[in-house]
Amino acid sequence: MKNALMAGALGLLMPVMAAAGEYSLTVDRVMIDTGDFVKEGIGYNGASPGPVLRFKEGESVTINVTNNLDEPTSIHWHGLILPFEQDGVPGISFEGIQPGETFTYEFPIVQSGTYWFHSHSGFQEPNGAYGAIVIEPEGREPFRYDRDYVVQLTDKHPHDANRVMRNLKMMPDYYNRQQQTVGDFFADISKHGFMTALQDRLAWGDMRMMKADVEDVQGFTGLINGKGPEQNWTGLFEPGERIRLRFINSSAMAYFDIRIPGLEMTVVQADGNNVQPVNVDEFRIGVAETYDVIVRPKTAEAYTIFAESMGRSGYARATLAPEEGMEGPVPGLREAPLLTMADMSGMHGMDHGDMTGADASAGMDHSDMNQGEMDPDGMKDDSGMAADASDSMAGMDHSGMDHGAMIMSEGGASDPFYAEGSGLVPVAANGGKFLSYADLRAQKPLYEEREPTREIELRLTGNMERYTWSINGVKYEDAEPLRLQYGERVRFKFVNETMMTHPMHLHGMWSILDVGAGEWNPVKHVISVQPGTTVYMETEVDAPGQWAFHCHLSYHAASGMFRKVVVEGGPDQGNTAGAEVAKDGGDA
Amino acid sequence: MKTLTLSAFALALTLPSLPALGSDMPQDDTSRKDALTLWGVQFEELEYRYSDDDEELGVWNGDAFYGTDELKFRWQSKGEYAIEEEAYEKLENQLLLQTPVSDFFDAKAGVRFDTPEGPDRTYGVLGLTGLAPHWFEVDASLYVSDEGDTSAEFDAEYELLFTNHLILSAALDATVAFSEDREIGVGKGLVSTETGLRLSYDLIDRSFSPYLGVVHERKYGDTADLARAEGAGTEDWFAVIGARVSF
Repeated sequence: MKNALMAGALGLLMPVMAAAGEYSLTVDRVMIDTGDFVKEGIGYNGASPGPVLRFKEGESVTINVTNNLDEPTSIHWHGLILPFEQDGVPGISFEGIQPGETFTYEFPIVQSGTYWFHSHSGFQEPNGAYGAIVIEPEGREPFRYDRDYVVQLTDKHPHDANRVMRNLKMMPDYYNRQQQTVGDFFADISKHGFMTALQDRLAWGDMRMMKADVEDVQGFTGLINGKGPEQNWTGLFEPGERIRLRFINSSAMAYFDIRIPGLEMTVVQADGNNVQPVNVDEFRIGVAETYDVIVRPKTAEAYTIFAESMGRSGYARATLAPEEGMEGPVPGLREAPLLTMADMSGMHGMDHGDMTGADASAGMDHSDMNQGEMDPDGMKDDSGMAADASDSMAGMDHSGMDHGAMIMSEGGASDPFYAEGSGLVPVAANGGKFLSYADLRAQKPLYEEREPTREIELRLTGNMERYTWSINGVKYEDAEPLRLQYGERVRFKFVNETMMTHPMHLHGMWSILDVGAGEWNPVKHVISVQPGTTVYMETEVDAPGQWAFHCHLSYHAASGMFRKVVVEGGPDQGNTAGAEVAKDGGDA
Repeated sequence: MKTLTLSAFALALTLPSLPALGSDMPQDDTSRKDALTLWGVQFEELEYRYSDDDEELGVWNGDAFYGTDELKFRWQSKGEYAIEEEAYEKLENQLLLQTPVSDFFDAKAGVRFDTPEGPDRTYGVLGLTGLAPHWFEVDASLYVSDEGDTSAEFDAEYELLFTNHLILSAALDATVAFSEDREIGVGKGLVSTETGLRLSYDLIDRSFSPYLGVVHERKYGDTADLARAEGAGTEDWFAVIGARVSF
């Protein structure tokens, strides 16, 4: 904050000089103290997380990055629109920064909002190499606030990330301590009856899938701005002030459900782009996403920022208070969600058509359901299915279904971005409003609305038991680059055929999430695709060069859910407007 | 012909600009572009056995691997050391290559060396290992010995979670011989079974899980007859104490 003020003051004094900012970062070995454990990791300028970099829209920045590690490093400016050579992905944008070397990034700042930066080398990011970016807009913000705080989350694990990867490959359930037990089986029997409980177990066992497979990597301590729940990062306020909280999820693996009991939050920005304000009680932040919210505490009390992981295996906690040292009540963790067969419905090649009943229940006649007869693709269109899953299941005739008697999610909550009947649909702790992707509308369209020039289907694929993750069944090591033509507008169709949620991140170009709002579709850099769903995004291919495109879960990206995207043509090469756009989807 | 010349001319014109598309772009030769190469060491069993006729054994069953998703090298080792006799009742090492053949199964092939007290044997190994429906970990191997005898071994394991740390694992191991190898006491037909129940507690992650259990060993048919002729028993009950270890 002080820096920004200083920079602002300097800017006033020297209007000509204000166009360039110079920054220095060192990449260092640091100790990370979570309050639960102390672990060696990687940080910037001697700390993890690194500093908050405050840029101004319209300036050109020069950032000198000195690598004090004994291994190569890199910094990726997550969400920033910049020349591809500045994007910081070794092997795709540049050669990386060697030990002892200082690399100078130089690029213009052409946007505003909340972003972050992190290493794109090996597992340095989950080991602590991340920081925040705040870009002040050139013009006026469409909302008012008196102060702002970065609230940067991570899921710090006591194990080094290389070891986490190895353990997951050796035993995919290594870190899952929420598996169904004998006790859970008896609980199911008493709740649903013996046959239903047994059939449910058999159905899951037959697939060799676990309904408790929501969070692969448990055992972490949730950090906010580097502080564990006990260390309680605190942001100060004067009652009546509007506080802008810039939430950034820098986790390796954990999604967080965030609420501030006693305060309503107004979501004003998602992934750096302003959205039409939505008032919510709680929201889910996917890995690598950012959400800016405005809160207005009116009384001089302490409010807890409570971030439960989606799988409820851990949490982060911080406090907003009128003075240091105050604490609000810290809620307990809610019950862990369980996947349902609806979340499995995207799985191709699994001979269980009859078990996708949950997804299909809204609009299909179950009486003549036969194994293999149903086209899974036909059931994944989530938009038109309104019915609450538990209701429609109640009306089903189970007699004709082998595994019909599955146990469904009980909340009955629905969200068009989750499979109908999904066990993952979030519900606000206070029964109020939980943000959905469907609520997001761009404040100001970034691009003119136009028809996409082609559609590319990307199936998100994997094998949990082998812990292999891939796109269209191909791991990065075996994949050809995905080729786009400069000037085209590509409609990406993500089909999640796995039972995990994947936050897909395209570097260098915006991801316009299709929420059915046309030109008001929100503009993001990470699109979270829930299991058993199909999600569309459109991208204006306006950035020549080559870019990374991957699932932002560290261990999914590292085990193959990664692509290089090559943008062919462009202003430099004279091949504009994608004159010869291939009709096929390209092979990703 | 004319069109051909024309297009050749057009090609010649565009060619010089083609390398510009690729040459100045970095090639991804980072480790990200390589298959993940990993290793692991695991002892399913590392235990002390005490039998119903006061025999004491030190027993292990472990493996170490190195490799990628597509190809792994695995060293599998099993041993039973009779503490009083100071002799290996069983000592078996397998060197295997393993590759996926389906979503849940790997094929494996390699060599097995048996070097216990008494005659040694070397076998060729072919097998399948993986996860069967309903979470049964299974492993089936076909062996051909240097004496020309063939046999098969089938292994299955199932884990019952009392809690997420207290786990009962049931293991069954059965061996069938398709021909007799009298020298090592193997008769034709079902040779032997080993059934174990072990109740373990994950003390340090999944890397150290002490357990208590019971193991039942039995010989059948001709193999049992051979054992009786030697004056040895055909059935044993053991109380076991040990730990599952992985790192």
